Amino acid sequence: MSFPWARQYEPKNPVSKFFDEKLPLPRLVYNAVGAGYPVPRNLSYFWNFGVLAGFFLVVQIVTGVVLAMHYAGNAQVAFASTEHIMRDVNWGWLMRYAHANGASFFFIVVYLHIFRGLFYSSYKAPREMIWLLGVVIFLLMMATAFMGYVLPWGQMSFWGAKVITGLFGAIPIVGEPIQVWLLGGFAPDNAALNRFFSLHFLLPFVIAGVVILHIWALHIPGSSNPTGVEVKQESDTVPFHPYYTAKDGFGLGIALLAYFALVFFLPNALGHPDNYIEANPLSTPAHIVPEWYFWPFYAILRAFTVDFFFVPAKLMGVIAMFASILLWFFLPWLDKSPVRSGHYRPTFRKFFWFGLIPAMVVLFICGGAPAEEPYVMMSQIATAYYFLHFLVILPIISSSEKTEPLPYSITEAVLGSDKKPVLGENTTPAV
Amino acid sequence: MLKLISVRLVAILVGLGFAVAVLWAFVIGAYNAATEEPAGHLPYEKPMDLSWSFDGPFGKWDQQQLQRGLKVYDEVCAACHSLKFVAFRDLEQLGYTEGQVKAYAAAKQVPGIDPNTGEATTRPGLPTDYFPSPYPNNVAAAAANNNAIPPDLSLMTKARGDGTNYVASLLMGYGPPSAELLEEHPEAAPGPGLHHNPYFPNLNLAMAAPLNAGQVTFDDGTEATVEQMSKDVAAFLTWTAEPTLVKRKQTGWPVMIFLLFATVLAYMSKKQIWAAVKPKK
Amino acid sequence: MADTTATATPDMATSDDGIRRRDFLDIAAVSAAGIGGLAVVYPLVTQMAPSKDVLAASSTEVDVSAIEPGQAIKAVFRKQPLFVKRLTAEEIAAAERDDNAALRDPQTLADRTKEGHGDILVTMGVCTHLGCVPLGAAEGEVKGEYGGYFCPCHGSHYDTAGRIRKGPAPTNLEVPEYEFTSDTVIQVG
Repeated sequence: MSFPWARQYEPKNPVSKFFDEKLPLPRLVYNAVGAGYPVPRNLSYFWNFGVLAGFFLVVQIVTGVVLAMHYAGNAQVAFASTEHIMRDVNWGWLMRYAHANGASFFFIVVYLHIFRGLFYSSYKAPREMIWLLGVVIFLLMMATAFMGYVLPWGQMSFWGAKVITGLFGAIPIVGEPIQVWLLGGFAPDNAALNRFFSLHFLLPFVIAGVVILHIWALHIPGSSNPTGVEVKQESDTVPFHPYYTAKDGFGLGIALLAYFALVFFLPNALGHPDNYIEANPLSTPAHIVPEWYFWPFYAILRAFTVDFFFVPAKLMGVIAMFASILLWFFLPWLDKSPVRSGHYRPTFRKFFWFGLIPAMVVLFICGGAPAEEPYVMMSQIATAYYFLHFLVILPIISSSEKTEPLPYSITEAVLGSDKKPVLGENTTPAV
Repeated sequence: MLKLISVRLVAILVGLGFAVAVLWAFVIGAYNAATEEPAGHLPYEKPMDLSWSFDGPFGKWDQQQLQRGLKVYDEVCAACHSLKFVAFRDLEQLGYTEGQVKAYAAAKQVPGIDPNTGEATTRPGLPTDYFPSPYPNNVAAAAANNNAIPPDLSLMTKARGDGTNYVASLLMGYGPPSAELLEEHPEAAPGPGLHHNPYFPNLNLAMAAPLNAGQVTFDDGTEATVEQMSKDVAAFLTWTAEPTLVKRKQTGWPVMIFLLFATVLAYMSKKQIWAAVKPKK
Repeated sequence: MADTTATATPDMATSDDGIRRRDFLDIAAVSAAGIGGLAVVYPLVTQMAPSKDVLAASSTEVDVSAIEPGQAIKAVFRKQPLFVKRLTAEEIAAAERDDNAALRDPQTLADRTKEGHGDILVTMGVCTHLGCVPLGAAEGEVKGEYGGYFCPCHGSHYDTAGRIRKGPAPTNLEVPEYEFTSDTVIQVG
């Protein structure tokens, strides 16, 4: 779908005419990210992170394919092959640091993308499917990142693999057989390393597939915007190209500056020193932590320290950790407010800034800290708030709060007034 | 509508369930924290903040220092610690000539195979060989060192937080525990075969103080104090952990400058394009 | 579609100067992106070239003292077989007899050996046709119609000096760069 005033692709020369008839790929691109896609004219820089996430997915695939040309997925030599990449392969150190920090940046931009979705309720109708696919992408990213972290076969790789597969051991009765099946053994070894390598190579392409669906679903209703008011008329939009290609280009420059500053000057700042110690199945590091992007969820996992009636603490933690992400699937139906943007929802805004964000910060800090007081108690309060926010507070305030008046249209929001005569054929029904 | 209400009712119940479960854990944890003595940590010290030639975005190797560090490794550390990811050929980066590297390698015995009998033996090293391990395997290393296997040093400065400072501090930090420490933490007294060091996380490590003043004679005439040797070997181990460190930083600058330039261009281009649709002030 | 642009952007500045400046900036920005993209290609391509350890491992020493006349040994040079053969008097004579024959890749035996060591023939054990390992170095292997080496893949025959005489191979077996570091030891590469 597109708005009636969307520009139409017009092949100008014989070659593009030939393509347009046989394989209208240029037309597809034109309508997807070209001048043929009308986008609200008031998008803020928070709308940059979708394109950036796509960019870092490409960075990860390119550097990852290169690394796979030199890496050996065998427990005997995996660690040494990583060092071979760092020391002997031409530009190998750059490829590896770009890949390791690329994972971090992929998560940074995706977290900002999710943050924007939560604040502006981008998950609301008619964009539920975009949101659902986004959550699927996030879950796939987590699985891919986890398996990738295992590959260098350092101490954190090994013990991360052991601990995370141990989560499945929490499932009653079938848990342990499942864990052994996942690892292909009783502890992480060659079998586990090899299958993780295989899946780590495969999943990014699955992610790319779901990303295409995500973008497809986006183009049905079109992009949301900071007011949350739907597009009504042509003056509410600008063509994606050149307006948002230019804006995304600038955003990309900023992101790359930060990314390469890390790659070239602090490449190990986001990693853990223990992963430069070769995996040793007989000695656990003093303090096992996952990569930083898992910290909030790791904190939720560890917050459940006592059995709850008949549910053992371990199982409760695992259920809560998975539930903390899976509940995102229900957000479109939990938040009933007719207004999307947090800018016009005073109560929602208060809980968002003074409840959810501090809780996430606390969970992030506690997930990276050792499992001792006061971190455990802090993470327990934050975990309680996290679940209450999404499952209790959001459903209640979304149906009870008094929202602030919305602008009549995007044009009015931008220009201060919207006096244009609204032509019948150029409007879509007001939402 | 009914369905939506039921979705939200279930959500509220589930949310309350999780919250009650985790707050229950909080109550018990808080009660325990209030009634139990917290397990204290032994107070170990953060590494000293030393300055290095390769620090900072413009850092460079001090080849003289790396050569001295190699000598310390060679004459002291190598007795127990391997350096398995470093090849002799890499030493050319320390400023040695091809001939010097060849001679250095040839002076080392590396594992080989007798060409006539096929038996395991040793042969003089080639530049392509890696630093040989002082022990044939981990079992031998453990047996010779009271079950504490001396770790490989190739990546040591990357495998510890603030690694270069840590290695230097540790080597300089040996000494008997202070009386106050022992009074407060009697368990910090070194056990048999252990040695006190304030920079080691549990304050006692199996390695005895390895460096004594004057132990190594530096070719460049530098006086071999414990501090000098500690710093030099820490610098050398920073190089072994990441021989590409300086190249990495030097590659970074043109990339950053180019990106800055391109980003400014992108910004101006974006401004130009948007000028047409921005409301006039 | 000019008219829709005009409606969407009614206040667009269209002075000649503005247009030109804008075009220049866009072109500069896109060019910068292009240069950046090209710069990225360089490490991505060169990472496939031989790594430092592979380049370093490219010399081999062989002791030729134990090779009897008529015998050859196979050594490894750059992960490829290297034939070191001590020629018998008859083989030398046969090779020298053909020095002036019609050869596909004309070379004399003297060209292919070191002075003072005319009986030591060092060649790569790699057929110049498509890279198979020719027979003839080991005891009892077929030596081909010219008594040197014979490649079974596509039937190239090499003579006692390792010169191509018959079959599809375009050139003689390659003589790598080597030197005698002592009377009995050669260093290849």
